[in-house]
Amino acid sequence: MTIAPITPYHYLALSAALFMIGVMGVMLRRNIIIVFMSIELMLNAVNINLAAFSTQWQNAVGQVFAIFVIAVAAAEAAVGLGIILAFYRNKDTLDVDEMNIMRW
Amino acid sequence: MLEAVVFYTLAALILGFGVLVVTARNTVHCVLFLVANFLCVAVLYVALSAEFLAVIQVLVYAGGIVVLYLFVVMLVNLKRIPDAYPDPRGRARLGMIMSVAVLLEISLIVGYTAAHPAVSAQATGSLTAGGNTEVVGWLLYTDYLVPFEVASVLLLAAIVGAIVLAKKEL
Repeated sequence: MTIAPITPYHYLALSAALFMIGVMGVMLRRNIIIVFMSIELMLNAVNINLAAFSTQWQNAVGQVFAIFVIAVAAAEAAVGLGIILAFYRNKDTLDVDEMNIMRW
Repeated sequence: MLEAVVFYTLAALILGFGVLVVTARNTVHCVLFLVANFLCVAVLYVALSAEFLAVIQVLVYAGGIVVLYLFVVMLVNLKRIPDAYPDPRGRARLGMIMSVAVLLEISLIVGYTAAHPAVSAQATGSLTAGGNTEVVGWLLYTDYLVPFEVASVLLLAAIVGAIVLAKKEL
């Protein structure tokens, strides 16, 4: 029995599946911390794509961009968790449905 | 053969831990599954011969961001955890529609590229010549120096923003 060689399409499929898991997390969960973790999953899916194509084309620019994505994700996590703390202090909950001050 | 076994094992682990992150009831368990997911992605980077990216993934994601999440989970000290939506049907349907849309888009792209095969990459081996870290560092400090500096300014702004947001009163 032979297994087909791993092509960039395999990495695309893995990344798309991971991205969809993240989308489902954002849509289905009400705990804002888990929503943030789902966003991290989606960013990871993007990074897998960048690294896979970087290896495919033998060009390190994809990895450089993945590093920038990680830097932006770190900044996003720091500011987002600060917002979560401020929100919890004001509302005493983590439910995203309670975040409705600016909703029209 | 070995490459395929490694890929399928890692893909199964990544997707399994991803599903657990989204579905686990306890938030602390979610964070721990997230660490496992990030570590599996780091191993996948090693398999892709992107060693520097793998180290950054472990240091920044599994080491830094996840600790931040754990601290927030401890700080908020949940008395009542908001569970899944009381009417998950509508949300699940919307999520399914979005997932199917993404899947359609990907299959369209795959079909298009299969019909129009691109020029095959000339394997110059520049990625591994002299080490992956050296290649990435060279690019980062020559061609991408300005984005690198902008990223450092962004991180500074994030530090200030996080302190301002999390402080009780200024």
